Amino acid sequence: MPIAKAVVCPVCGSLCDDIELRIKNRRIVKVKNGCSMCESKFLGYSGHRLLKPLIRKNGTLVEVPFKEALVKAAEVLAEANYPVLYGWSSTSCEATRVGIELAEEVGGVIDNTSTVCHGPSVLGIQDVGIASCTLGQIRHRADLVIYWGSNPWSAHPRHIERYTTLSEGKFERSEWRSYVTKTKAATARKKVESALRQVSPKKKLSIPLAAVERGPCPAILKSGRKLIVIDVRKTRTAEIADYFIQVEPNKDYELLQAFRALIRDQEIETEKVAGVPVEYLEEVAEAMIGCNFGVIFFGLGLTMSKGKLRNVDAALHLTRDLNARTKFVIMPMRGHFNVSGADTVFLWQTGYPYAVDFSSGYPRYNPGETSIIDVLLRKESDAALVIASDPVSNFPRKAAEHLVNNPLIAIDPHLNATSQMADIVFPSAFVGIETSGTAYRMDHVPLPLKKVVEPPRGVLPDEEILRRLLHEVRKVKKRKKAGAEVK
Amino acid sequence: MDVSSKLKVTLLTGRTIEQGVGKERGKASEDYFESVAVCYVDPEDLKKLGTKERTNVRVSTDYGSVILKALKSPRGPHPGVIFIPYGVWVNAVVSTETDSIGMPSLKGISAEIEPAADKVVLGLSELLREQFGKG
Repeated sequence: MPIAKAVVCPVCGSLCDDIELRIKNRRIVKVKNGCSMCESKFLGYSGHRLLKPLIRKNGTLVEVPFKEALVKAAEVLAEANYPVLYGWSSTSCEATRVGIELAEEVGGVIDNTSTVCHGPSVLGIQDVGIASCTLGQIRHRADLVIYWGSNPWSAHPRHIERYTTLSEGKFERSEWRSYVTKTKAATARKKVESALRQVSPKKKLSIPLAAVERGPCPAILKSGRKLIVIDVRKTRTAEIADYFIQVEPNKDYELLQAFRALIRDQEIETEKVAGVPVEYLEEVAEAMIGCNFGVIFFGLGLTMSKGKLRNVDAALHLTRDLNARTKFVIMPMRGHFNVSGADTVFLWQTGYPYAVDFSSGYPRYNPGETSIIDVLLRKESDAALVIASDPVSNFPRKAAEHLVNNPLIAIDPHLNATSQMADIVFPSAFVGIETSGTAYRMDHVPLPLKKVVEPPRGVLPDEEILRRLLHEVRKVKKRKKAGAEVK
Repeated sequence: MDVSSKLKVTLLTGRTIEQGVGKERGKASEDYFESVAVCYVDPEDLKKLGTKERTNVRVSTDYGSVILKALKSPRGPHPGVIFIPYGVWVNAVVSTETDSIGMPSLKGISAEIEPAADKVVLGLSELLREQFGKG
């Protein structure tokens, strides 16, 4: 039975590159080293699959030959005044490159999922700059890891194990043992609490948590790698942290600025900031200054809540300030497996990372104006092409409504909300399973995605569909031009 | 404890591992529906509403309303905060405000929650038909 080794996982921005796949009769039957999302994708990708091109006729999607769907899609894009081309974060850099050429050809807006994800981080980084490094550096050197507004246990399940606290680095040891001890203690605690509840069901009995007991902070006294989580909810990641700070929703900015004051040895003349006692913050600030190599990984808790890019600005400034006291880096936790690649290709080709408008004949970038949500809310676009993304599932309803109310072309391997609402649908091959390509990890390291099995008969890769579409659009435009000259 | 017909809460959206596994299996799958058509509510808030886990609730904001299955919020307490995983269901109630930078406000939204035991949580196709009149 053939085994594919060192396969890169095409799920999240961690791009784990140690996956082993057992293949039998051209199907993946076993996954080794992957997380639950990785297993779900490699073992379940062939279900709920689109296999034939579809066109909506009399309100229903019906199967059509590829050529018919291609001509129809090309006519829609060539005739539109202001089309939007959206997605790109779950396909290869090579496909995105063709997509940008197509956007330029049709004079539309091209945007990727950063716009509803780490777009504010991109804006913050453009304003402030970023002190960052590769995940390998963090694995080997970081002795203080902070996840802020991010829950890797759910969104990047192997991030902690491969790159941070539970990874075995050259200079920093894995905290696996202490994690196991902590988990056992937590289980025992739950059992005792449950027994106490049975003895006295009406009385509220509980054992105090170590983190809220007064006295020196365990995160400071503990030797080895320290894990701190700052979030609005106690998540699975928070549960395994050495220290968890529960910030009130929409108050991250205040907390970040409080840390900036504390690490400059300024006093805060209030008891609490963002619902957190200042004495806790002082302990964490002490841990930040006292580490040899610290890192802040931040998630959508900063970019999607009040403050948005200003939260990110404050986090980037905090990291810059910390570098006056010790070594500190910061990194956004990118979600889709190639969202960093989409930003990178957009940058190479247009000079801008997302929300690029070609309607003037040259690339223009002004998030808030040229970003897809704003374009849709202003009801300006008159057609859309969506690839490797599901905006009908991810956009606020009002924005999705305009997308659905205009001619919509979807290119996707799966049947999802967007393909169900589309007027023209192209099935595509899974990048990293049925076709190869390049993806960028969240630290901007490019990795090759492998083809491990054949796609279903007649199903093409995104790059090939886009090339054919671009060719067809040029033919339609040429025909139109010739027709206009005859008249 | 006083039982209220409605509670004012802060709505958070985000990922769960179940949603991640479900979306990779396919968004038309039952796993995906089970993982995203839910609303995590603090157990004390459920008591205040006079309702129980696994019964349906209506979540409303300035942007719309949606029926979801209530689940107890794990690792609480998280009083006054509800959590709904990313998906078509929560899109009906999230904020469209982009603050002129392109990013809608998907976390920390003012919302109301009320029991809706007699209402049905719509499946993906029915919800799309209700929202967009298509499909």
